[in-house]
Amino acid sequence: MDESREDEFPRRPDRRITVPHTGVDLPLDLDLTRRDILKIAGYGSLAAFIAACGGSNPTTSTSVTATGGKMSLGSYQSDSVPKKALADLVTAFQSANGGTKVTVNTVDHGTFQNQITSYLQGTPEDVFTWFSGHRMRFFASKGLATPIDDVWNAVKSNYTEGFANSVKGDDGHVYAVPTSYYPWAVFYRKDVFAQHNYTVPTNWDDFKALCAKMKTDGLIPIAFADKDGWPAMGTFDILNLRLNGYDFHVGLCTGQQKWTDPKVTSVFKKWAEITPYYSPAFAGLTWQQAADQLLRKQAGMYLLGLFVSQEFLASGSAADLGQLDFFPFPHVGSPYDAEEALDAPIDVYMVTKKSPSLSSDTGQAKAFMEYIAKGSVQTQYFVESPGAIPTANDADQSKYDPLTKKAADIVSKAKKITQFFDRDSRPDFAGPNGMQQFLLKYLANPTSDTMSLQTSMQSFWDSLGPE
Amino acid sequence: MARTTSISPAAPAPEAGELVATGRGRYHVLTRYDRRVLALMVGIPLLLDVVLIWWPTFSSIFLSLTNWDGVGDVTPQNFIGLKNYQFLLSGGYFQFWPAVAHNFIWLAWLTFIATPLGIFFAVLLDRDMRGSRIYQSVFYLPVVLSLVVVGFIWELQFGPTEGFINNAFGLVKSGHIIDWLGNPRINLFAVLVAASWRHVGYMMVIYLAGLKSVDPTLREAAKVDGANEVQTFFRVVFPVMAPINTVIVVLTTIESLRAFDLAFIINQGKNGLELLSILITNNSISESTRVGFGSAIAVILLVISLGPIIAFLSQAMRTVRS
Repeated sequence: MDESREDEFPRRPDRRITVPHTGVDLPLDLDLTRRDILKIAGYGSLAAFIAACGGSNPTTSTSVTATGGKMSLGSYQSDSVPKKALADLVTAFQSANGGTKVTVNTVDHGTFQNQITSYLQGTPEDVFTWFSGHRMRFFASKGLATPIDDVWNAVKSNYTEGFANSVKGDDGHVYAVPTSYYPWAVFYRKDVFAQHNYTVPTNWDDFKALCAKMKTDGLIPIAFADKDGWPAMGTFDILNLRLNGYDFHVGLCTGQQKWTDPKVTSVFKKWAEITPYYSPAFAGLTWQQAADQLLRKQAGMYLLGLFVSQEFLASGSAADLGQLDFFPFPHVGSPYDAEEALDAPIDVYMVTKKSPSLSSDTGQAKAFMEYIAKGSVQTQYFVESPGAIPTANDADQSKYDPLTKKAADIVSKAKKITQFFDRDSRPDFAGPNGMQQFLLKYLANPTSDTMSLQTSMQSFWDSLGPE
Repeated sequence: MARTTSISPAAPAPEAGELVATGRGRYHVLTRYDRRVLALMVGIPLLLDVVLIWWPTFSSIFLSLTNWDGVGDVTPQNFIGLKNYQFLLSGGYFQFWPAVAHNFIWLAWLTFIATPLGIFFAVLLDRDMRGSRIYQSVFYLPVVLSLVVVGFIWELQFGPTEGFINNAFGLVKSGHIIDWLGNPRINLFAVLVAASWRHVGYMMVIYLAGLKSVDPTLREAAKVDGANEVQTFFRVVFPVMAPINTVIVVLTTIESLRAFDLAFIINQGKNGLELLSILITNNSISESTRVGFGSAIAVILLVISLGPIIAFLSQAMRTVRS
């Protein structure tokens, strides 16, 4: 199996030079040097150059997994709760896999994402935490991830068809193992709703009426925070899915549809109806601060991912977490309501391509990938770090709290599932100087005419090079 | 060439400055040893200069003509001519001109507010008032903090609901929250206050060092001639400080053009905090990896920076000559 893959991904001829009088053999890979010199030019980073020049070519091992030895893991799980859960998972893997020594390199979540391209081309760890969707396929198609069809064949019986599709690259090979997912929905506190006799709104008018009611009751109707830039995309996604449907949304994310389309205008128009109910000064708040507004009963509702429960756990008590509940985004009265579409991003683990240690660690890395595909492992991780639902079929659902059960249920009922704007669209469009900025610009003045904004969105898209 | 390297032992070693015969019948002023030393002394800095400055510079210019995404090789298909520049200058990239404007607002703020304030503090502290050492330390303290720490400190001040300023003025309680960092109309100035907090101390120390070196007899002479404090400073001390003044102007300009850290820490330089340096970073080395496009912005920043660099160099050369 490994051999056949080698044929499909031919490596550059390995040129070597012997240093006179010393007998030292040095790799002289001319292609690598040229590419990396250009990389320095791009990044101005001598360190990356030196590091990359020392890269060695991995050799293939004959067995898929190996015990003992060592491997390394690059992780973006920098928040304390998931970081601890991952550390425990790694410890359990070490003892289960014959004492494999795992080095974990944890990098701040946002930094990890921003540096992913240079990270994967420099000297990455063997395995790294990442996202499925376009974001996974992009790096797979650039040859920066190792296909793991062999691992997938060993674990695929433990996954549904939807997950199997979510980890396939453009070339049909499998590049990731999904470990958890979470839906985006409207979160609220049950005790606050009970105290004010609020009922869960199912359509747009009820939703707006509830917002108005909350405002008179002295609550911030909708907690909202967009200092980080990405949370606003969640609202854009769900409104676009509800108003214009899954096909249009996916077309917009991938450039098949135009940003100047009146359908996009309708999204901004609809959105402007609820922006008056948002947290004051939301452009200066982080999602954690907005989650605290919900936690401290200052805000009534919050459209966010299930990971909002992590903030409830970190800043509140178990009793607070017990009060957390959610409802699917209300219907807006369009034919696409029936799709019940929602964002449910999947988090995955992938194997890098350029890790200097991968040649010796491939077996251990693949053993780790098989290990994290186990339901029992994912369940244990979930118990320690709730906020995302295990993906494996044999995960122990009796360990799920009611909130997680409901979350799994809402995703299974959705007829169309998207990942999240910045996972479904190209990274250069979705980044801080692209979509994030456009939405902040819109939110600064939501009732104004959005056509000039949409025109600049489209011209920005058109300026992006081929992928 | 072989003959030039073997000097016969009988011949006396040539003295420095003496004309030395070469194999081709030419004469050199320097000995072979001198020439080797010179080659090393010029060669090593030149090599560093070429590798660390000229190579990245020309690479940036080269990459700015491509749409390279940072992955794999640059291929002929990547070449798109001046399209990046055309897109930038025509305003197609909607954040470019705001970023240029913000850089110049930054420059104006530092030049007309922060730097004069630093000079003012320096003049005050130069008057040997009581506790001037303590004030000196207090004003200089922010300079030794990294900008990341400065950014964090000021985020705690400016935070909309939890920040010191909004709470101290009771704005949170009364519900009139000012979004210092999120409102694109005012967040640049909030960041400039933070930047000045550090810049003032920096300018103060440099100017204070200059003031200490001014010949005290000049001031005494001015006093004897009946000049008051203000006149003495503007008519006598300030002109004498010309070299320091140039350094101050250049440093202020460079600080404004390379402004990056604070805005990036606060919100990655969007929503009113766009700066050229941040656009370069966000385009070239973020997840978006538009290296070619980012390089084009870098080249434009380079062109803008050349002005103050040339001014600084010509001043430095003039000082050396005199």
